[in-house]
Amino acid sequence: MSQTLTAAPVANAYSSGRLGRPVPWIVLAASLVLAAVVFGLLQASDGAKDFNIVGTILVGMIIYGVAIYVISLLVEGGRRAKDRLVTALVSAAFALALLPLISLLFTVVTNGTGRFDLEFFTFSMRNIVGEGGGGIHAIIGTVLMTLTAAVISVPIGLLTSIYLVEYGRGPLSRAITFFVDVMTGIPSIVAGLFAYAVFALIFGPGVRLGIAGAISLAVLMIPVVVRSSEDMLKLVPNELREAAFALGVPKWLTILKVVLPTSIAGITTGVMLAIARVIGETAPLLVAAGFTNNLNYNLFEGRMQSLPVFVYNSYISQGTDAQAYLDRAWAGALTLILIVMLLNLLARVVARIFAPKAGR
Amino acid sequence: MTPSTASSVREPRVKAKQRPGDRIFAGSTLTAGTLILAMLAAVAAFLVIQSIPAVTTDPGEIPILAGETFWSYVAPLVFGTLWSAALALLMAIPVSIGIALFISHYAPRRLAQGLGYVIDLLAAVPSVVFGLWGANVLAPAVQPFYSWLTETMGWFPLFAPPASGTGRTILTASIVLAVMVLPIITALSREVFLQTPVLHEEAALALGATKWEMIRTAVLPFGRPGIVSASMLGLGRALGETMAVAMVLSASGGINFALLTSSNPGTIAANIALSFPEAFGTNVNVLIATGLLLFAITLVVNSIARWIIARRKEFSGAN
Repeated sequence: MSQTLTAAPVANAYSSGRLGRPVPWIVLAASLVLAAVVFGLLQASDGAKDFNIVGTILVGMIIYGVAIYVISLLVEGGRRAKDRLVTALVSAAFALALLPLISLLFTVVTNGTGRFDLEFFTFSMRNIVGEGGGGIHAIIGTVLMTLTAAVISVPIGLLTSIYLVEYGRGPLSRAITFFVDVMTGIPSIVAGLFAYAVFALIFGPGVRLGIAGAISLAVLMIPVVVRSSEDMLKLVPNELREAAFALGVPKWLTILKVVLPTSIAGITTGVMLAIARVIGETAPLLVAAGFTNNLNYNLFEGRMQSLPVFVYNSYISQGTDAQAYLDRAWAGALTLILIVMLLNLLARVVARIFAPKAGR
Repeated sequence: MTPSTASSVREPRVKAKQRPGDRIFAGSTLTAGTLILAMLAAVAAFLVIQSIPAVTTDPGEIPILAGETFWSYVAPLVFGTLWSAALALLMAIPVSIGIALFISHYAPRRLAQGLGYVIDLLAAVPSVVFGLWGANVLAPAVQPFYSWLTETMGWFPLFAPPASGTGRTILTASIVLAVMVLPIITALSREVFLQTPVLHEEAALALGATKWEMIRTAVLPFGRPGIVSASMLGLGRALGETMAVAMVLSASGGINFALLTSSNPGTIAANIALSFPEAFGTNVNVLIATGLLLFAITLVVNSIARWIIARRKEFSGAN
């Protein structure tokens, strides 16, 4: 026994070496530099091509993983080497997810600013071939349809969440909870097909209306509103309700005057996030509201363009001057991203400012 | 007043006063709840009604089917939908778990929430923008890599040559899908990892485990059902995603496992988006029927995910 122990001494955290704190960073910098040198040489031999930043980062991370594993294995032993390797992998996963995000935002901003001008926000596409024109008809359509969807889905969603939290008991509330979950999973294009099917049955086949688009968006929006408002209502402490009941306040007034004001910040945030989610939906609007080059303010008559469909259409059916269509598509994409980001930001600000003060 | 007198004089049971306000309010919430059920029933009913002609009509009279039966028309689309979603998940799940672990256990505490927001930004990008980016930026960028892969690894069936000249293959579409489902899987698994009992983690560390050993023995076993259900929800999203696939993938139909060639299977959702604007007559019914099939597939996937989450709830707490 003792012989085998002395033959293979167990690595001990106190006796074996440890890498110092700066060592991983030095190794990381060294491997990135190495990768940069490799790609720089490749570029020099290749000639015209741009310097490959993405490739440098990827190869640098791979070199770092191998290097830190080997160094740690030699100094600290197998267990710590594995630990360092996993740390490298996990951090690499995060960096890997940042790559598409940065690339996407970068390309949208650089390509989108080209046509992000006054003309884009004042012209529709009526009678325009090739250059010029803009997306005002799409912006108006998006705003109209999204607002209508919000007007339909916020009351239904909010009342349903109140039912689930304050009134609902038994099989009906369980069924509603289950089917709200089912609705969350409806593919967006199926919602569009539903709205189309309803209106095709009433107005005959081939009908495309702004209101149909709004209804398909509402189908997608209701479950999100129900979910978020339900969570917010559940956060209201029961003591508040009981205090109101003890003072003889009727239940409906308790909900209106005590429960809702307490949770209004969270509910507003949820609604804004739901709007941000549906404002970027393309497929249902393509199917239910169609596309057009003209400005249309009437939800109940004629096709209605929306910003996502505008982007899709400009890309899919490029005219003779393809670059002009692509430029408009990118400008539309930039507008869309700005709207969504703004809504998300506003939602967070609302949540922070109007949140009830905790712990008095 | 002594207790004896209080108990001896039994007051008559007071019924709560029924106020009209209460009735109206409770009634309207109930109506809203039932309206949701009715709406879902309507979705199912209208889709079923509209898709019946697709199966019953003689295939020869439906131009889009080109003489085939409905089922042989839809089979490659179902395959393409499942295949692209599976590839996307294969790429997204390991990366998502890595990101979730990074945010929950590796990143500095003060940065963690901010980093979470950054990943949530990915979820906020509209799918049509992803499509534009995938077709114009990603596809040309990966194309040289694809041709290199087919030249060196062409013997491997998945990388069979010839490489697509545009790079708009099913693998590119799956990469875009993977980026899109990443934030969903990350957000859910992050929540689960953060719920790991701190005592378990501290116990593992106290026994001398390294950080990775602590995660492997305490965090991952606790979070496994969460990861599974998050992946299923991500799968539901990937199956139903329309625009990104429609814009990135250049589909030619048929069932084909090769990832890098220019003959790719289409997906149900993308096929509807591409064909619907020009569809007429019974073609519309065929497309709606494929949509119903997609609805059924995602319904099954989501139900399994919800079932796993619900089962998880029963023994949460400190186990």
